[in-house]
Amino acid sequence: MRVQLTVNGEARACDTKGSESLLFALRDYLHLTGSKGACEQGECGSCSVLLDGELVCACLVMAVDAHGSEVVTVEGLGGPELHPVQKALIDAGGVQCGFCTPGFVVAAAALLDENPAPSSDEMREALAGNICRCTGYGAILRGLETLVEGR
Amino acid sequence: MEVIHPVDLDEAVGALAAYPEATLLAGGTDLMVEVNFDLIRPDVVVALRRLDDIQDVSRRRIGAGVTFRRLESGDHNALAQLARTIGSPQIRAAGTIGGNIGTASPAGDSLPFLAALDAEIELHSTSGTRRVRWDDFFTGVKRTARRPDELITAAVLPEDLPDFQEFAKIGQRSAMVISIVSACVLRWRDGRTRVALGSVGPTPIRARRAEAMVSDETDPGPAALEEFARLVSQEVSPITDHRGTGEYRRHASGVLARRLLERCLSS
Repeated sequence: MRVQLTVNGEARACDTKGSESLLFALRDYLHLTGSKGACEQGECGSCSVLLDGELVCACLVMAVDAHGSEVVTVEGLGGPELHPVQKALIDAGGVQCGFCTPGFVVAAAALLDENPAPSSDEMREALAGNICRCTGYGAILRGLETLVEGR
Repeated sequence: MEVIHPVDLDEAVGALAAYPEATLLAGGTDLMVEVNFDLIRPDVVVALRRLDDIQDVSRRRIGAGVTFRRLESGDHNALAQLARTIGSPQIRAAGTIGGNIGTASPAGDSLPFLAALDAEIELHSTSGTRRVRWDDFFTGVKRTARRPDELITAAVLPEDLPDFQEFAKIGQRSAMVISIVSACVLRWRDGRTRVALGSVGPTPIRARRAEAMVSDETDPGPAALEEFARLVSQEVSPITDHRGTGEYRRHASGVLARRLLERCLSS
């Protein structure tokens, strides 16, 4: 089935075979491999994207259901420069193996769009759907706290 | 695979009449897990995410397409509390109350709220609309009275809403968990009390003897609260699984119900 959607501001299209996920379509058809596939059941958040402005797990969206929608992936967050969240995570050492990082970046950017000055508790709650298997949460949160304090 | 994106309710139920074997896709948070693990391969999908006709919320009617993110705040305290405990922000942005009802998992977090309120599930088909009370609707583990040609369009709440309502659940951590026990307690100023529990039986359970006992108490003291907890524990029928033992669930049911009743009484 032909799926037409806007990804990171660009009109894109792909042909799906059946019920594959938006994550699969992004990675394998549109070659946007920033969003990662890990648990494939919405537990880990490494495939977090914005779908029509809402933070969702791309693995739980059927690609055909994104037809006509607007998707923002980690690739679309920054411009020529890094997104402030990306820079904050680098500065704080909030990246270890890096597999969860795109999901954390998208989720944290979505939080800061909605709430520019979240408390530490609000950060924890907003990132509850993102799992870091290196358990690097402390540095991730410190990076975001530093970013928020510096604003 | 064929996909139908109905633009309105008529088109949605028309599609279900034409394809009674169709798979309904709302938020996808349950369905896509099965799809990703190749447990189901749908032939026909009716996609409901953008069906406007099931998106409205009012005090007594909650559209089936309303996401838990939208329910995190609103008129009903217990509904907001349970919405906030579901999954993660990503799951709440996608998952809908209609999906929770339709999936009918014993651990469905909205189910104790609907059971406590004696809510009705509104079903729509080409032959009309019917409302089925929760206890006739939920018939077993992931089994409901919905016919294949019907669409869940709303949860309808009664006119007589409680003065106090509280929800809580027990899980192994505070996010991304499937309930080990969940409970909803309602209390009216005249003393009437209701308690419903989830994850402790194939369908939500009302602890009616506990309700009757404590509804007679205008100002329940420690002994009455203890008796309330004991009766709740007796009335549930939990199983042992990888998330918890039946014995733990039985004990936790009473503790949780008593705690929620105490919150109702002190608010």
